[in-house]
Amino acid sequence: MSRRWASLAVLVVVALAALWMVLRPAPEQAVPAVSGDARTSRAEQVARGRYLALAGNCQPCHTQPGGQPYAGGRALATPFGLVYGSNLTSDPETGIGRWTADDFWQAMHEGRSRDGRALYPAFPYTSFTLVSRQDSDALFAYLKTLPQVSRRNTPHALRRPYDQGWMLALWRLLYFRPADFRSDDARSPSWNRGAYLVRGLGHCSACHARRNTLGAFDNDRELAGGMITGLGWYAPSLHDPREGGVGQWAPDDVVGLLRDGIAPGASAGGPMAEVVRHSTQHLAPEDLLAVTTFLQSVDRGTRAGRRASGRVPTDADPIMLSGRSLYDEHCSDCHGSEGQGRMPGYPRLAGNRAVMLDEPANVIRMVLDGGFPPATRGNPRPFGMPPFGQALGDEQVAAVTTYVRAAWGNAAGQVSAAQVNRLRGVSLH
Amino acid sequence: MPDTLSRRLLACTGCHGREGRAGPDGYYPRIAGKPAGYLLNQLRNFRDGRRSYRAMSALLANLSDEYLAEIAAHFAAIELPYPPPAATPVPQSVLARGKTLITQGDARRGIPACIDCHGRVLTGVVPNIPGLLGLPRDYLNAQLGAWQRGQRRATAPDCMADIAMRLKPDDVAAISAWLSHQPLPADTRPAAALVTPPPISCGNLPAGAQRGTEP
Repeated sequence: MSRRWASLAVLVVVALAALWMVLRPAPEQAVPAVSGDARTSRAEQVARGRYLALAGNCQPCHTQPGGQPYAGGRALATPFGLVYGSNLTSDPETGIGRWTADDFWQAMHEGRSRDGRALYPAFPYTSFTLVSRQDSDALFAYLKTLPQVSRRNTPHALRRPYDQGWMLALWRLLYFRPADFRSDDARSPSWNRGAYLVRGLGHCSACHARRNTLGAFDNDRELAGGMITGLGWYAPSLHDPREGGVGQWAPDDVVGLLRDGIAPGASAGGPMAEVVRHSTQHLAPEDLLAVTTFLQSVDRGTRAGRRASGRVPTDADPIMLSGRSLYDEHCSDCHGSEGQGRMPGYPRLAGNRAVMLDEPANVIRMVLDGGFPPATRGNPRPFGMPPFGQALGDEQVAAVTTYVRAAWGNAAGQVSAAQVNRLRGVSLH
Repeated sequence: MPDTLSRRLLACTGCHGREGRAGPDGYYPRIAGKPAGYLLNQLRNFRDGRRSYRAMSALLANLSDEYLAEIAAHFAAIELPYPPPAATPVPQSVLARGKTLITQGDARRGIPACIDCHGRVLTGVVPNIPGLLGLPRDYLNAQLGAWQRGQRRATAPDCMADIAMRLKPDDVAAISAWLSHQPLPADTRPAAALVTPPPISCGNLPAGAQRGTEP
């Protein structure tokens, strides 16, 4: 069934692309390359590049777990197959040792490799295109200082038809234009800096965008929340205060979540824990504040565009009764018999928006796999939640997650055993 | 609520049992009282992909070396009595073969005796070599098998992988059977140092204890 839809989607794309080729406006003028600021010393440029590499969270995707930093090889699970991070060390044969700053800029800004070949957008050049030439040059200067590692890039393992060059060309035609970041003069410099980081190098949309069937999104959906299909986690909408919106938070708490991985009533879990550990905890205070300013401004404060929730069960439903007994047995010691939590370590579940997302993937994953918030300078010894995937069956996980979503005044839809089953064994990276 | 490390580490004891005792099945080994360096190496191996067990890798993904060291020291410091060994019947010939391999090895096939590294009474050696007693037979079989298939690895040179590759299926079964049938000695703590230099190069030994180096 889904295969048939995929084929249909491909046909629609081909038709649209043909139409586009006929009607498309003249291509944009290439952005002229500007050389790095001559007054900036090389050491300053490298230090800046190192910081930008942290802000862009480059290392995790370009490093195999336990492998040499930036030598590539990490498999990234996408809905279209596996994409492998490439070797960014300066090895001339297998890395980017023969690249120039112009080549690197072409990759960042236009999504093309040194030889002109189009890159797969798992390398998020739809965001990186907004990175300035100066920042691109600094990043490149930093990468040049990494120890050379000889490791040949692993060929991507995408399913047909996504492995076809014409498919990528069509995708780019439909969904990608090189672009520059444009400041909004009506906004503060801090807001603009935040927008530049979030929409550009930070590539927050890589997870938080709501994508179409072909993994693309437009500006309006850039932070509207979506399932990270390959990883089985839901990245909440940053527009919606009932999901991940932070418009009503104290700015310090937003900064705290990004820097420490925890904030009152919230913690970074799943892929966001990795983002905090490897990227946002290293941001300078003024950049954290800038990101906060921008993120608070994109919270629309309404439920507009919210999808219909599943049926909310009543306390008398059989699934709630079995959920309650499982909760009392396995969860209430820490989270409290009424979901009130026990601070500092065990979060409150009553009224907790993270368990009430329409898409129940995250609460299911927390029960199946457990987890720790990231270890950070601000929270070096996090409290952890045990995994229950081995001890509880699909029906039991469905019952206990349904219970925490609908008890104590919580009001979110019922979870099915099939939803739980789909998230067992999903890729961790 | 008292803020103790135990309360921060319920994610571990959910499977490994209260205070780090082994769970009832063969999946979750006892971690209480194992050498801290060994536990730290295993935590890092799971986090960094040298050992594969989904639940462990998922939990540890975003923890720091410093916290992992603290976790390792926490469980290493727990001294608890061991349960009696397994009572499942095993043919005497299998136990005899296991005992020979464990106490003498098989020089002809390049297999050192287990007691050369894991301690004369097999309770391990600080800081990095684990004890082999008090573990479920299924767990021991699974670990030796994982080493043979490259699913469990350690820092190179990976001495245990080299040894496991030289074992035949019958050897593995005999070793696991004998080990899981042994009662613990009165003093279950790991030995303070290796008695003789290790017979094979190991990446996980501290520099001073490497093969061919003076202690």
